[in-house]
Amino acid sequence: MKKYREIILDPIFNNNPIALQILGICSALAVTSKLETSIVMSLAVIFVVAFSNFFVSLVRNHIASSIRILVEMTIIASLVIIADQIIKAYAYDVSKQLSVYVGLIITNCIVMGRAEAFALQNKPLVSFMDGIGNGIGYSFILLVVGFIRELFGAGKLLGFTILPLTTDGGWYASNGMFLMPPSAFFLIGIIIWVIRTFKPEQVEED
Amino acid sequence: MASDSIGKTIGVVVAICFVAAIFVSSAAVGLKPVQEENKKTDLLKNILIAGDLYESEQTDVVETFNTKLTGEIIDLETGNIVPESEYDDILNIEKFDIKKVANSAEHGKELDPKKDIASIARMPKQVAIYEVSGGSGVDKYIFPVYGKGLWSTMYGFIALDSDLHTIKGFTFYDHGETPGLGGEVDNPKWKSSWVGKQAYDEDWNLKIEVIKGLVDPDSKNAKYQVDGLSGSTLTTRGVSNLVRFWLGEEGYKPFITKLREEKNSEKI
Repeated sequence: MKKYREIILDPIFNNNPIALQILGICSALAVTSKLETSIVMSLAVIFVVAFSNFFVSLVRNHIASSIRILVEMTIIASLVIIADQIIKAYAYDVSKQLSVYVGLIITNCIVMGRAEAFALQNKPLVSFMDGIGNGIGYSFILLVVGFIRELFGAGKLLGFTILPLTTDGGWYASNGMFLMPPSAFFLIGIIIWVIRTFKPEQVEED
Repeated sequence: MASDSIGKTIGVVVAICFVAAIFVSSAAVGLKPVQEENKKTDLLKNILIAGDLYESEQTDVVETFNTKLTGEIIDLETGNIVPESEYDDILNIEKFDIKKVANSAEHGKELDPKKDIASIARMPKQVAIYEVSGGSGVDKYIFPVYGKGLWSTMYGFIALDSDLHTIKGFTFYDHGETPGLGGEVDNPKWKSSWVGKQAYDEDWNLKIEVIKGLVDPDSKNAKYQVDGLSGSTLTTRGVSNLVRFWLGEEGYKPFITKLREEKNSEKI
């Protein structure tokens, strides 16, 4: 049991896919202008990484190593299409905002990276847990960034007004830069800095 | 290792593809009805928003739509109503999809680039419009509009009062503009700034436009102008162009003129 807990919790701070491995930055910039889209994107990625790890691990002893990446892509792409279809059916408004980024989970290096680095060497159940852990690690950054960007950029959280904007008669002058993708770069940079301050072993040597 | 033999490699790949295909197609087919329903409801909801009939999340979209609105298809060039006998698979009020109609060979047409200020390249020849019935006759007309913003084609609806020159509502249901900047065309406050503006002047010249910056309330043109959105000059220019396109000669002007003449002759 202890092993599972480590596998799930490790990727949050100790081995975060975004903060330490610097994977999946593209989507982290694109979908985090609102908390709601961040949440849905997070769930989609957790779903895809967990199941792609599971299925890749399931067939790992039966695929020739020369075509393993093709097989992994097939599995990942299928899972992403399923996730996309589910979001379109049950969270239509969010799917309109996420637009192409759900489809782009296919190219999210975290998914491929975990399949290659973990699922090919481990049993299905452990791989599944590893997928969930890495998905949560990714989600953690996404949610923090989405929270900050929506709060300071639009004065809202999940669409509810927290800081009334001057344009709507309130007192908060919104910071438009938070709604632009570069702000996510700064925020992720700051998060990496904070994590590495507390965990100096993550700092790369020159 | 046995797993490297060609026969097994192909066998495994085919099996995996087969399983994956089953999952994907069953998800796509199984969820399609829900998705279509969502799309349709979303469209109806936006028609209601343009007509100021959507009050809250609790509003029963389909019910309100059916009781308050009547749709009909008009021919843009002549301004005539297309009779139901001419409906076909694409041209049908029940499932009118403006993208499909514009792209169809029969019901769409290429636009002369000089006239194409909304940068849409193709437009439908016949369009579904909606009438909101009020106390006496039609209260508002709701027209679909679309045109290019900065990144995407924006699709929306504009509502005109029964006097046919006062704007009653405006909304977009599909666009891919930058959230927070161009995406602010969805901002309810901005959308409400359209309400009460005059699309045409006394002589029925098209006057409505979105200007850069704030409208000077003392200017004599104030009633024809809408505030631009800061940080989204190109998107709002697109909005201005698309509204001017659709309310102009290529768009609904012939229909509006015809309707106006009919009304005038009734009065006499």
